Formats: sequence, structure tokens, C-alpha cells
Amino acid sequence: MRLKLVPDNTNIDFFARSWLSLGFSGAMMVISVVAFLVFGLNFGIDFRGGTTIRTESTQPVDVGAYRDAIAPLGLGDVAISEVFDPSFGPDENVAMVRIQAQDGDEAISVETVQAVEDALTGYDPSITFPSVESVGPKVSGELIWTAIEAVAAAIATVLVYIWLRFEWQFSLGAVIALIHDVTLTIGVFSLFQIQFGLPIIAALLTIVGYSLNDTVVVFDRVRENLRRFKKLDLKEVLNLSINETLSRTFMTSFTTLIALIALFVLGGDVIRNFVFAMIWGVVVGTYSSVFVASAFLLRLGVKRDWSKPDAEAGTQFGNAEN
Amino acid sequence: MLNISIFKRVVIILVVVAGLVYAMPNLFYPRVETHNDAVVAIERAGGETTPELEADLSAWPNWLPSSLVNLGLDLRGGAHLLAEVQVQDVYKQRMDSIWQEVFPVLRDARDIVGTIRRVPTEDGTLRVRLGDTTNINDAAQLVRALATPVVTITGTGSTNFTVNVEGDEIVVELSEAEKLATDDRTIQQSLEIIRRRVDEVGTREPTIQRQGEDRILIQVPGLGSADELKALIGTTAQLTFQPVVSRTTDPNQAPGPNNTLMPSIDEEGVYYVLEDVPVVTGEDLVDAQPSFDQNGRPAVNFRFNPHGARLFGDYTAENVGSPFAIVLDNEVISAPRINEHIPGGSGIITGNFNVEESTNLAVLLRAGALPAEMTFLEERTIGPELGADSIAAGEIASVVAFAGVLIFMALSYGWFGIIANIALILNVAMLFGLLSAIGATLTLPGIAGIVLTIGMAVDANVLVFERIREELKNKRGPARAIDLGYEKALSAIIDANITTFLTAGILFIMGSGPVRGFAVTLGLGLITSVFTAIFVTRLIVVIWFERRRPKTLEV
Repeated sequence: MRLKLVPDNTNIDFFARSWLSLGFSGAMMVISVVAFLVFGLNFGIDFRGGTTIRTESTQPVDVGAYRDAIAPLGLGDVAISEVFDPSFGPDENVAMVRIQAQDGDEAISVETVQAVEDALTGYDPSITFPSVESVGPKVSGELIWTAIEAVAAAIATVLVYIWLRFEWQFSLGAVIALIHDVTLTIGVFSLFQIQFGLPIIAALLTIVGYSLNDTVVVFDRVRENLRRFKKLDLKEVLNLSINETLSRTFMTSFTTLIALIALFVLGGDVIRNFVFAMIWGVVVGTYSSVFVASAFLLRLGVKRDWSKPDAEAGTQFGNAEN
Repeated sequence: MLNISIFKRVVIILVVVAGLVYAMPNLFYPRVETHNDAVVAIERAGGETTPELEADLSAWPNWLPSSLVNLGLDLRGGAHLLAEVQVQDVYKQRMDSIWQEVFPVLRDARDIVGTIRRVPTEDGTLRVRLGDTTNINDAAQLVRALATPVVTITGTGSTNFTVNVEGDEIVVELSEAEKLATDDRTIQQSLEIIRRRVDEVGTREPTIQRQGEDRILIQVPGLGSADELKALIGTTAQLTFQPVVSRTTDPNQAPGPNNTLMPSIDEEGVYYVLEDVPVVTGEDLVDAQPSFDQNGRPAVNFRFNPHGARLFGDYTAENVGSPFAIVLDNEVISAPRINEHIPGGSGIITGNFNVEESTNLAVLLRAGALPAEMTFLEERTIGPELGADSIAAGEIASVVAFAGVLIFMALSYGWFGIIANIALILNVAMLFGLLSAIGATLTLPGIAGIVLTIGMAVDANVLVFERIREELKNKRGPARAIDLGYEKALSAIIDANITTFLTAGILFIMGSGPVRGFAVTLGLGLITSVFTAIFVTRLIVVIWFERRRPKTLEV
């Protein structure tokens, strides 16, 4: 007997309520944008400058006492949060101390870090500082732009590639799905105020890659079925293609999620946000390749006349440059 | 149609074996690392070995590949600095030397220009005020004649500096082309000096690279903290020997023309008025060693090259009895009196050092001075324990992820699932082999990239298997179904992976540090997973099929 996530020969009509799913996606995107505008993102020091000091102690973390110890130094905004992880033993009490960027372009001075460390050691002699990271405002400003450019460049490249390999309608559908995924990911980070650092950009681009992977597999089947069933309604072709690839879509998402969840639970707190972004992205990306990309493709329509001379364009690998 | 030629089979098997062989050293990480360190140590010692080194060397056989996946700073612990070189510092020095040329020319033309005075500036220009401005344009022309053409790829006809007239001043400024060339030279020199200083400390595999126009990224694994690294490379270490005009305790005293006021490093509130132009500079040093003076206090011995030795000898001969100052980065270390002519070009710097400071100073002087100051835009220190914790957590997570995917695949596809699992194991091994072979750096996000690869690598196989299932449903025979499965899934596999690969490429180009590490593992993971899916599993399936010739197929 085989384990099957999806029964054989499904025949689900994915577009019966496409106004509902598109409306839902649209609403989620609006919520994300509003959340972003209202709450903003909880940028890490990579993007807004500042210093984070990781503390570890055998004594329990007392956020209030830490704050009181640092307050006399007058460093401006200081955020302290305790870090929890299943892998920590009873003697491992970890906290993150975040200090806002100080004046000037430079990273924090040695003296300031030393002063903070001395202040904390004064409260709790057993405290150690496994990592200290500091980014000056000059670099962090640039990093934001590089990140935005990277995501934009990725989406643009994909737009061109799919356009070359398929038709422009496919390309547009895929890119709308990507924008949907990226928006929703930024939305969830903004809504729950999860720290948004440089690695999250990597996660965003991975989501772009993953979601695309899914979309392209569906589109590849659509392209094939469009040629096979020349008279069939586009909606039917899309439904057929999605149903045919449904098993694969679930299988791949599932194996990827198994791996990511293992990493989320066991991979330590340092990369947890990063992995969370990817898990969220896999779920959203799988959803969007069916309900957003294909739904848009249906609305945009596809040129069906494959007998025209340029019909070869994008139908066979290797003819991409036609 | 399930034929794969013998030649192809051999190539596929060889590629897999090569991947495995290259991946293998990573299983014995500490041993191979000991071996590699010993190799480097012996090389440095010029081929001489000690019994300990020999023992270390034999920890791993020489004939086996010994390249390892480098562990990134976040996994190994260490210090990271992003420094910005203040390239405009050098403009001022350039102006000083141009002034040395300009002054005699204008002096010779004193009868038409009147008095000549250099106006102090802060913006890297040279301003000369003339007493008589009637012929100022002719004077500017004289200065202009000193400019030399700059050789650049694009710029024709540009000279190394431009000369303009503003009121009663002649303004000399470096041309854009010359500034670019100067900046480039400054960065190259800084890189070289930093490399020498870090090498002196002798840590393993430091990363020292230029980033952008005027930045240098320095990553030193295993160093205690970014502060230590900063202490090592943050000092310019400009050493000069300057004649002393007077000594004072007034920090606001006007030093007079062509003199400067500099504080003493040890004595609070003591200042020296020094002549601007040094007698000798640190550039003429050939060696510096920590030592002790006749009172047993830590000091630094130095030796000049012949040029420096001659200058120093001549100066001391002419100025017996007067003091001269040893100046480090605009602070006076000491100002001894010249008791006698010092020939031979060696000397000793004494001051209020402890042993560590004198050792450091010697290192800095040996490595040479940085051409310009640096500011630090980014600094990170990661403790080795945190790195070790991250590796441990990453390992556990990878193993669990691996096991989960293997079990799930076997349950879903039976025998074919097991084939996919073999391919997955080979895939990860080959990924490690590839990472080691190109000397890539594994970071924490990189581990996440590998785990993601484990999840996604099965995708290509899933595509094929699902396709075979469909073909079987369409009443194809087993051989035909397998063949069509591979054939028809190919375009989806290629398209899907190329698009993901493109995003990995963009991440690599635009990302930095850990993000880049992630892009590398993701990109290479895609390559190995496509290779294993369309060649390796196919080969296994075909060999299995040839032996069994099953009448029916269950996927």
C-alpha cells in the first residue's frame, strides 16, 4: 500500500469559486500592506543600524534588571528580549540586548560595548557574551536598498525567463503570484513584528524561487495540455493540468515542509525567523501557484493557435531564443 | 528505449564517485584540518618539519583529497569588520608633495608674484596666496606646467592636478582621474598592509577583501573579538622622526609656520612643537623587533634601509645636542636628545610600554603603515561556543530532516522511493564534495540551504515518478512508461530549476556574507539534484529494469 496525500484521479474545479480565492488573496494583500504601513517592519540591526549583544548566563534572565543596569549609560533606545530554545539546558539563559545606532556613520565604539558588558556583568557576574554585532547607519541604509534591488531583480529576471519560455500571459500570472507571496510574507513579519534581518531577504528570494518552481510545473503541464486538447476550454485545460500535477505539488511541498519544520524546531534560535519565513513562503507559494497564478492566466487568456509559424516559441526546450 | 550507453554509464558513475571522494574529508573534519594546518606550517617554515608537525601531517594521507568545506564565521566563531578607508586622507599628503614642487618654481618667480604663502586647507586642495596678483594667471600657468599627464583607459589629456585662480589664491586640486587612481592605490596598499598584519598574528584562513569603492572586509576566524582585530588593524602606524622646535604645556600655542603641535603619548598635558617635514619615516624601516632597553623596560628595536640610515646618520651628525621626536600617528612617543652621531641606521624606541604593547608596535612597524585612516562601519564578534552550538543544532536538524524525507518517500513510492532516497543521499554527498572542491564557505543560512535542498531535491524525482504513474494509468507498458516519464518530465524539471537557479544567482551577486553562503549552497544543490534526478536515478532504474524485467510496475 502506498501513502497518498492526494487521491488518484482528482477532478476538482479550482475556478468554481475563483472570485472567492482571488478576493481572499486580494484581502490578504491589502491587510499586509496596511500592516506594513501601520506597524512597519521590526528591522534588525542589518537594516537600521545599531548593536545586538547576545548574553548567556546561568542565572535566569531578568529583563527589567538588565534594563536598569544599562539605563545609566544613556544609549537611547535599548530593547532586551529573552530567547527561548528547546536545545537550551537549565543553565543556559539567553537574552538579546539591542541598542540603537549611535551618532555618526560608524559601528558602535569599543568603549560603549565594554561599558554595556561591564554594566551587565555588574548585575550578574556569571554572564557571558557569545556574540556582539554592530552595524553603522551608513551601511544599514545601503543594505536596505541592496535588498530591495535584489528582490526586484529576481522578479524581473523571472518575468523575462518565463516570457521567453512560455507566453507573456504566463509570465504575468507567475509574477503576480510572486508579488502576492512576497507581500504576504512581509505582511506576516509586520503583523507579528518578527525581526526582519538580512537573512530574511534570502528567505524572500527563496520563496520567490520555490513558488516559481511550483508555478512553472503547473504551467508546463498547461502548455502541454493546450497542445493536446486544442478544442478544450482554457478553464478545463487549467483545471485538468492542476489536477494532474496536484499529487506532485503536495508531495514536494510536503517533503520540503518536513525538512523545514525539522530545521525550525531543532535548528536553534539563530535561524528560526529565517526558517519561519521559508515555511510560510512554501505554504503561500503552493497556494498561489494554483489560486493566483493560474487564476490570472485564466483571466488573461492564452493564444491557442499553435499552427502559426511562431507557435514553436517556447514549446520546446532549446528554442527559447526564438 | 531504456538504453544508456556504456560510455554514459561510466561517466555518470565516475562523477558520482568523484563527488563522494571529495566529500569524504568532511567526515573526518578535525583530522583533515590538523593535516592541512601542518602542511601550511611546513610550507611557511620553508620545508623544515618537526616531529609534532610530522605527526599532524600523518593524520590524513597525502594522496587523498584534503579540501574541506570552510566554516563561516557564524559557525566557527571569530571577528568580522567592515572598514571604510578614508581615501581623502591621502590627498593631503599628495598636496604636501606637490607643494614641495610648486614652492621652488614660485620662489624663482618672486619678482612677479610677490610673497608666497600656503593657506591651510581641510578639503584636500592646495591654496597658495600671492602678494602680487597682477600676474597671477602667469603664475598659475607656471604651476600648471608642473602637472603630468595621467594614463587612463578613457581619460585622454587629463593631468594629475588642475590649477585654478580664485581671488588672490592659486588653487591646486587633484583631477578626477588622478583621484580615482590614488584611491585605488590607497585601497590596494591598505589591503596589503592589513593582510601582512593579520598574517603576523597567524590565524587560519582570514578573509581580507575589497568591497565596493573604498571598503575592506576583514574576517578572521578564531580571533577572540572584533576589538582585538580593530586594535591590530585600526592603527595607522605612521612612524616619523621629526625635529623638535620646543616643548610646551599650552595646547593652544601657535606652532608657527611649517610647524605642528603634537601631544605627548605618555605625559599628560605636554605638547611638542615639531617641524612639519620629517627627517625619516617608517617607510624606510626594514625591521622592528620587541626588545628591552638598558633599564630592562620593554622597547622596540628598529633598523633603517640604507636610504633611511643615511638620512638619519646625517641628521644626527648635524644636530648633536638637540632633541628629536619619535612620532606615531601624530602622537609623540618620546623626544630624546641626540647625544652623538648615530651611524649604522639602527636605533631603539623607548617609551612607557608594557611587553604586549612593544610587541604590537613591532608588528605594526614591520608590516608598514596604512596609507590612510579607517573607520569601522560594521563589526561582529561571534563566540566559538555559539558557532559550535549552531553546528550541533544544524546537524541534528539535518539528520531529522533527512530521515523524515527518506521515510516519507519510501512510504509514498515504495521501491522507487528507495531509489529516490539513494539518489538523495548521493546528492547531499555530492553537494558537499562540490562545496569542498571549490572551497566554498558554509554558513548557518548555508546549512538551511542544504536542508532546503534535501526537501526540494526530491522534487525532480517526484515529477518523474508522478509522470510514470500517469503513463501507467494510460495503459503503457512498464518500459514505455518509465521512458515517457523521464522524457515528459524533463521540460518541467529544467524550467523549474532554472528559474530557482536564477534567483540563487541574483542572491549570490547582490548578497553578502551569510546570504551569499546560502545562495551558493542553494545553487549548487540545484545542480546536483538535477544531475542525480535525470542521470543517477535513471541509471539505477534502468539497471534494475534490465535485471528484473518486471511485467507490471507499481510506482
